[in-house]
Amino acid sequence: MRHVILSIVMWLLANVAYAFEIEDRAVFGDETENVPLRIVSTADISYFKPIIDAFRAFRPNVTIDYTVASSTEVMNAIAQEKQPFDIVISSAMDLQTKLANDGFARKHTPPASQDLPDWAVWNDMVYAFTQEPAGFVISNALFEGLPIPQNRQQLISALRQNPDRFKGRVGTYDIRKSGAGYLFATQDARASDTYWRLTEVMGTLDPTLYCCASEMIDDVVNGELAVAYNVLASYAEKSPHRDKFTIILPSDFSIVMLRTMLIPKTSDNPILAADFLDFVLAQTYPSGVSPLLKTQSLGQAEQSTLYRISMGPGLLVYLDYFKKKNFIAEWENAIVQD
Amino acid sequence: MLLLSAAGIAILLYVVVQSVAEQIAQESQDNILAASAISILDSARVVEGDISIDLPYSSLSMLDSVTDERAFYAIRLNDEFLSGYPDLPRIAAPNDATAFQSTTYLGEDIRMASTWRSFSTLEGQAFLEISVAQTLTGLNQSIARISRISLAIGFGFFLLSMVVAMVIAQTTIRPLHRLTGSVSRRGPSDLRPVAAPVPTEMAPLVTSLNSLMTRLQKSLSRSEDFIAEAAHRVRTPMAIVRTQAEVTLRRVEKEENRQAVREMIRAVDESSRTAGQLLDHAMVSFRTDDLARETIQLDELIVDTVNRLHPISELRDVEIKTHKLMRTKIQGDPILVQNAIQNVLDNAVKYTCADTKITVMLDQSDGTAHIRVQDEGRGFDDTEIDQLLLRFERGKNANGIVGSGLGLTIVDDIMRAHGGHIILSNNAGEGACVTLSFPL
Repeated sequence: MRHVILSIVMWLLANVAYAFEIEDRAVFGDETENVPLRIVSTADISYFKPIIDAFRAFRPNVTIDYTVASSTEVMNAIAQEKQPFDIVISSAMDLQTKLANDGFARKHTPPASQDLPDWAVWNDMVYAFTQEPAGFVISNALFEGLPIPQNRQQLISALRQNPDRFKGRVGTYDIRKSGAGYLFATQDARASDTYWRLTEVMGTLDPTLYCCASEMIDDVVNGELAVAYNVLASYAEKSPHRDKFTIILPSDFSIVMLRTMLIPKTSDNPILAADFLDFVLAQTYPSGVSPLLKTQSLGQAEQSTLYRISMGPGLLVYLDYFKKKNFIAEWENAIVQD
Repeated sequence: MLLLSAAGIAILLYVVVQSVAEQIAQESQDNILAASAISILDSARVVEGDISIDLPYSSLSMLDSVTDERAFYAIRLNDEFLSGYPDLPRIAAPNDATAFQSTTYLGEDIRMASTWRSFSTLEGQAFLEISVAQTLTGLNQSIARISRISLAIGFGFFLLSMVVAMVIAQTTIRPLHRLTGSVSRRGPSDLRPVAAPVPTEMAPLVTSLNSLMTRLQKSLSRSEDFIAEAAHRVRTPMAIVRTQAEVTLRRVEKEENRQAVREMIRAVDESSRTAGQLLDHAMVSFRTDDLARETIQLDELIVDTVNRLHPISELRDVEIKTHKLMRTKIQGDPILVQNAIQNVLDNAVKYTCADTKITVMLDQSDGTAHIRVQDEGRGFDDTEIDQLLLRFERGKNANGIVGSGLGLTIVDDIMRAHGGHIILSNNAGEGACVTLSFPL
């Protein structure tokens, strides 16, 4: 009986310990025996499990405590709450850059640093370990009889010419809710004016706005959406209903997001964290065996059309209060047309 | 001294290059920061009475273009914080168009630029203040690079100046060495002017050296002339005094008076011998200054000299024998060489006892001709053998024998003038041995 109460208390403590909102959590290995390597991440457990398994095969007696949260909550966990995580993994490059810029990250030079391309590291603090392009996810059923658009211009034409077919059937991120959506939108807008034309066209079609890529993919699969714009190809590829949709990396340019990791200064176990970081980078570069690199669409895409988001203080610009307010206002003007 | 000053200049060069380059690096960083701040300021406008700022992407990305830098900014309207990093330090004096400051933020050294502009808002006139800061990774990298370069420049300069200094010192010192060599190689009485070529800087030194030598030469020859003159003048009256004394000796009958006269004759003899030797010495000095180089048949010269001394040796019952005279030719002044042999034989005759013999030998070995004169007299005192060649030095055992102390000095001068030398030694049994060695 005492044992059960203790367990409940422990369970409560474990949950109360995180004031920020977590989505999921898993522990690999024996938590009671070893001090765990605590990772906070925006990536789903299933997405990152191959890497964790590979690391535990390499270091069997390491326990990994993996917590999933949204990118904003990940930022809060480190910047506001100073949670003692050892590794921070996020797809929100802007927030990761801000964490490092604001002095929350520890500097670390991996032994394989000369193998790293320049774009994969910022200030010896933020390290990129995937390249994930965003593209269109096109429903095969709802595009029946129409040519599949290969770039933004063709998508605009298709939407304009078939307003009845696409009314209420286009979806994209709600950039007010989704950090990734905001990052893609701002980088899209920075790269080309076409983004605003496309947003306006989508605005005329009563678009559905999403918080998350998975829901967008689900709606494409179940026939609610004909096209979802700015979805990470790496997510879409993992859908079990891969036959229901086509992933297009636009041939004009595709925004490529880099998933990054850093060691926060709050880490209790920076040596193990550095080992983990070194392991992941060694798996990734120069032409690594990381299971996260097997993105079909990236391999097929024309290299020159890939628009890799570059890490650096430039990313802080869109986090600026005025900038963000102006951008969202402009976006709302375009997409929310009553 | 030269190296020290070269090192000093090298260090100065290093410091100057370093500080100038640091300033330039600092200025270029300041320029980028100012450009960034101004680009933000330029993006500000008043919309419906409110300030709106559209941060250009490049305003912060330009800070990171070369090296990864952390960047911070703050936008303030009067004292109200609008956007960016609220706790970024402020620059105190917002009067200048753009101001710079080095400070720390979040535990990092940063460089910050701030710029200001006034806007009319609904609340009236307001100052918009834009501050942009960045970390110093790139600056420190360039300073480290500059440091290495200026260190290399300084060290290179040091090496170069060392080489140049050594070359210059060599070329300057070489003629000096040559001059030193040519002066120190000279014999003791060689007072000719220095003719070795010297650089123009050293010409005054050589001129004054030459003039000193000329004066020395003059005063030397004047004093020698004076001595010779004096000796000559003394000799004639001496001869008269001696003749008169001998005449007187014959007349005087009282034994004690005769003894006094004999003492007088002896003193006169000694004086006139000294005068003669002084004349000889003056003659030797004169002739060695401008040494004649004739071929001398040494063995014949010895026989001739021995014959000349015959009357004196006979008087003292000493026999002079020549023994194994090897036929030998040398180059030199026959008068001087004969004078030397005569001096040595004269000494031998004087210092040996009656009924003994003096042997003169001549042989050659190792390109040198050796004349050995051996007597059966009392020999040299070992303790004073080195001093006997000095002027007016006489052996302690020479008491009672007429002599000036100049004889061996003259011989030594003559031997040196001919590039040879004199060796004084004692025989294994008894008597002295004087060896004169001439180069062949």
